[in-house]
Amino acid sequence: MLPFLIRRVLQTIPTVLAVVLLVFVLFSVVPGSIVSSMSDDSDPQVELRMKKQLGLDDPVYLRFGSYIAKLATGDFGTSFRTREPVTTMIAKRMGPTLQLIFAAMTFAIVVGVPLGFIAALRPGSIVDTASMVVAVSGLSMAKFWLGLLLMYLFALKLGWLPSFGYGEGGGKYLILPAVTLGVSPMALLARTTRAAVLEIMTADFVRTARSKGMSEARVVKWHVMRNALVIILTTVGLQFGALMGQAVVVEKLFSWPGIGSLLVDSVLQRDIPAVQGSILVVVLFFFAINLLIDVLYGVIDPRIRYA
Amino acid sequence: MFRIVAIVAGLGLALAATAEAQTQRKGGTIRMTAPYGSSFTSLDIHTTQRAQDEIYAKALHRSLYIWNSAEGKPVLELAKEDVVSGGGLVHTFKLRDDAYFHNGRKMTADDVIWSYNRIMDGTKAFPGARFVRVIEGAAAVEKGQAKEISGLKKIDDFTLEMKLTEKVDPGFYFFTALTSIYPADEAAKESFIQNPIGLGPFKFVEHVPGSRIVLERWDRFYKPGKPYADKVIVSIMAEAAARDVAFRNKEIDTSVLGPAQYVAYQADSGLKGTIVEVAEVFTRYMGMNPSFKPFADKRVRQAINYAIDTDLIINKLVKGKAYRATSWLPLTSPAYDKAMKPYAFDPAKAKQLLTEAGYPSGFEFEWTTSQNESWGLPIVSAVIPMLDKVGIKAKVKQVETAVLAEVIRSGDYQAFIYSQATGPDPQAALKCFHSSTPQPACNYMNFKNADFDKMMDEAGQTDDAAKRTQLLQKANALLYDEAPVWFFNYNKAVMAVQPWLKGIQLNATELTHQNVEDLWVDETSPAK
Repeated sequence: MLPFLIRRVLQTIPTVLAVVLLVFVLFSVVPGSIVSSMSDDSDPQVELRMKKQLGLDDPVYLRFGSYIAKLATGDFGTSFRTREPVTTMIAKRMGPTLQLIFAAMTFAIVVGVPLGFIAALRPGSIVDTASMVVAVSGLSMAKFWLGLLLMYLFALKLGWLPSFGYGEGGGKYLILPAVTLGVSPMALLARTTRAAVLEIMTADFVRTARSKGMSEARVVKWHVMRNALVIILTTVGLQFGALMGQAVVVEKLFSWPGIGSLLVDSVLQRDIPAVQGSILVVVLFFFAINLLIDVLYGVIDPRIRYA
Repeated sequence: MFRIVAIVAGLGLALAATAEAQTQRKGGTIRMTAPYGSSFTSLDIHTTQRAQDEIYAKALHRSLYIWNSAEGKPVLELAKEDVVSGGGLVHTFKLRDDAYFHNGRKMTADDVIWSYNRIMDGTKAFPGARFVRVIEGAAAVEKGQAKEISGLKKIDDFTLEMKLTEKVDPGFYFFTALTSIYPADEAAKESFIQNPIGLGPFKFVEHVPGSRIVLERWDRFYKPGKPYADKVIVSIMAEAAARDVAFRNKEIDTSVLGPAQYVAYQADSGLKGTIVEVAEVFTRYMGMNPSFKPFADKRVRQAINYAIDTDLIINKLVKGKAYRATSWLPLTSPAYDKAMKPYAFDPAKAKQLLTEAGYPSGFEFEWTTSQNESWGLPIVSAVIPMLDKVGIKAKVKQVETAVLAEVIRSGDYQAFIYSQATGPDPQAALKCFHSSTPQPACNYMNFKNADFDKMMDEAGQTDDAAKRTQLLQKANALLYDEAPVWFFNYNKAVMAVQPWLKGIQLNATELTHQNVEDLWVDETSPAK
């Protein structure tokens, strides 16, 4: 296991470097800079000084080299906008984003997996059809629109929940953004679970178990569920990473203080260190979740080896 | 149009009078919104000039002057008196001796001097340097040639002498939060950026980045009996639709409205009464580059003004959320000339002018625009067929707003559409067209006109306020005739305000910037 983990960690280094380079090159090529985005009527003298202060008049390769050197020491640089260390900014935002993602994923798993199971156990039934209608609708609906609908219904019409904000990080503020973010992975999980279970139900080892006289409940629990979990886990892992990116829209809509809204403002204002740092964290998070999933494969199915 | 303005002003006065008639209530929470982005830039207000950041800064900080919306001009705030001498260049300020920072220390002249020296630190590039630079010796500090601004002299703890380089009203230079006065001892510490200390009516409690800033009443604020509210919460809400739901759900007290919401709120009897509007000091226009041959001819520029049905665009596309521009200076400018009339929609006249200028078949140009709904792509798309009818073809070049600013300053365009601050100081707004103003500074159309320069120079020299206004009006009229731009509109800022929030000021410099100490909530507020 340990050599496998070390190998996987080492494999991320070129990926991270490639991402950093890509973002750096992109922001060097696209027009606009932090200086021009600060105000509509800023002073040219101040702009020149700001460019010098931020090192924006240095050649790209020098800036990139300096950034990489700092990155190697764990220094993500200083934000052009806030003049704060990027690590501090990200640290403040990471908690709410993780809170939102975990809540969304919990919702997706708790609703999506049973929905898929129930649908697969009664294929062609009304339950199956209804579940898949819910799943397809969830996949098709834009998060922005869904969020507004939920706000309208649960905040304005029913008055059960606040429509926006973070409060003290409490549950009532988390529900609407988490459901908005979680509907899409919930739908995907429902469809994936259904397909996986249907396929496993027709497998030879399931037929063998049934022919040995095992009860249907035991067949589902010990053979179907356990084998379906590997597929479900893969989907969960991929969705966890994707949610980090999708949270951008939801955080902005609900004024949720996460890394997504930081990324949006940083991109719009060409705050390159903050963009770099935020993207890097998203990439590392994606990697970490996938590594965790790889480890969990072994726990669920001992046949999987880490050679 | 003036009737509308008069009605709006009347409504504003009526609102103010009603508020005054009631007894200001102490206590409660004011729940404002910051609609211009997903975050605040910084808690160090010297570093940021975004309108978004000044919303909270109006509660936390104070500058030497403050904008008085009722009078439409800056008035003394941290000083009780300004004695002018030295041919209008020397200002001796009697500072307040009852202004306390939120750490309990009294403000003195040293804090003002320290703050202005800080802003002029050339290595930090603080945006407020453009204002402080008007003090003699400030530029030398910026260039690193001096350590302290020579034009600032402490007479005693509460008397400050300020020598300017130009004969200007310092109020226009020292009223925004960019020149806020910081406590010299505390602000030098690293921790200040996390826990800012100011002189404002509310002190800092917490900042949840990307979500809100919370402030609470500062009991030692120097205005007796103020502030009224116990707390101010400024929530970041960049999405208009989300703000709309939150406003209808009574979760917020103020919400900036876009054109579509403006129409919806006007049509809703329950919300119509919440609308507050003011002509802000921003002019929207299409700038024409005189180095592009057709635009070098005044007749072509005038033809464009005649060819566009501006009223139609304002009514149909901008949904009436703007005032027709008659020239450069906006309606709320003290030098606005009410007698001026906008260019009429007259395509025949436009054709005639184009023929006289040697373009009977028209010409083609590239029009750089952002996506802005009020002064960007939708407007350009509506204008193109109108120009086409007189033979002028426009090709659209779409860029981001930040890029547009860069394009304009570099002069790398044939035409662009933009929204530019044209106040509150009319002299500064018109000075942008003076030939001595560099193109990247704000003379974006590279305008050069000897008659205009002469009028502006005279306006800058005279001590007679009425004569100055007259000269500025003449200069503004000259711009109308020279038509360096298509005069589109002046922004009508619209905000929905809950009925329980009283004391809203019609701030023409930016409606969201409220002197929070004058606001109060009545007992019907859900956050009373």
